[in-house]
Amino acid sequence: MIPAPAFLTNPERFMAFSRWAAPLLGAIAVVLAAVGLYLAFSAPEDYQQGDTVRIMFIHIGAAWMCMFIYVCLGVASFLGVVFRHALADAAAAAAAPLGAGFTFLTLATGSLWGRPMWGAWWVWDARLTSVLVLFLFYLAYIALRASLDDEAKASRAAGILAMVGLVNLPIVHFSVEWWNSLHQGASVFRGEGPAMPPEYWIPVILVALGYMAGFGSLWLVRIRGEVWKRRAEVAALRAARA
Amino acid sequence: MLDFDAGKYAPYVWGAFAVTALVLGGLVVSSLSFARRWRKRAEELGRK
Repeated sequence: MIPAPAFLTNPERFMAFSRWAAPLLGAIAVVLAAVGLYLAFSAPEDYQQGDTVRIMFIHIGAAWMCMFIYVCLGVASFLGVVFRHALADAAAAAAAPLGAGFTFLTLATGSLWGRPMWGAWWVWDARLTSVLVLFLFYLAYIALRASLDDEAKASRAAGILAMVGLVNLPIVHFSVEWWNSLHQGASVFRGEGPAMPPEYWIPVILVALGYMAGFGSLWLVRIRGEVWKRRAEVAALRAARA
Repeated sequence: MLDFDAGKYAPYVWGAFAVTALVLGGLVVSSLSFARRWRKRAEELGRK
């Protein structure tokens, strides 16, 4: 069995931990996003992109998040399917709607930037298409979980689908290197340093950290909801048998 | 100095910020209501 902190394996301890951690992460998210957005609107216009560069401050972080959340979904699904860990299964179920939300945000803000800069709302570019596939994986996971009445079968089938979808992550990440892509390559985390000045990359990082803290908060809230849902289902079964 | 004037790109810039606010707001509301609904249900059934 993979060793894990007690608060992540024991539902009682998790509930006690998440009770204070969720609002704390939420507050951190608000502060980081507020400072990031202040700097985003203080930054000068880009000499090529003009004011559309401000879309990048909310787009880049969302793009990182949709991949990071899928890693969380994949790892939680692995622990849920292989070790039958109930809290990991709850974590996977809780991550999917949040990941779908951030992926939609990535596609929508990218499209709103692409129209004035590329002259098109959408192009069947490798990066855009692989992110669309990622979005479809999230939707398929949610639909599969909801479509089966047997909770155990639903979580197992959806978990396997989530693990299969992990294959798409390197495709999303390396698509701009493997294929001729209209989408630019990495511009913040590069070996030779960011390809943009601090006036741009600092707000990008702050907004992304705000997204991360916000995701952490909402993930904990949703896992708590999943734990209560399972408790309610057990209580309903007991009541039906009595 | 804050610069909120997006000029000719205003529909795209403010559209992107509006979509972001709507999606993130939706995730916050749906997450809190999901957790609240099941907590209430678990407490109701637990009392029976």
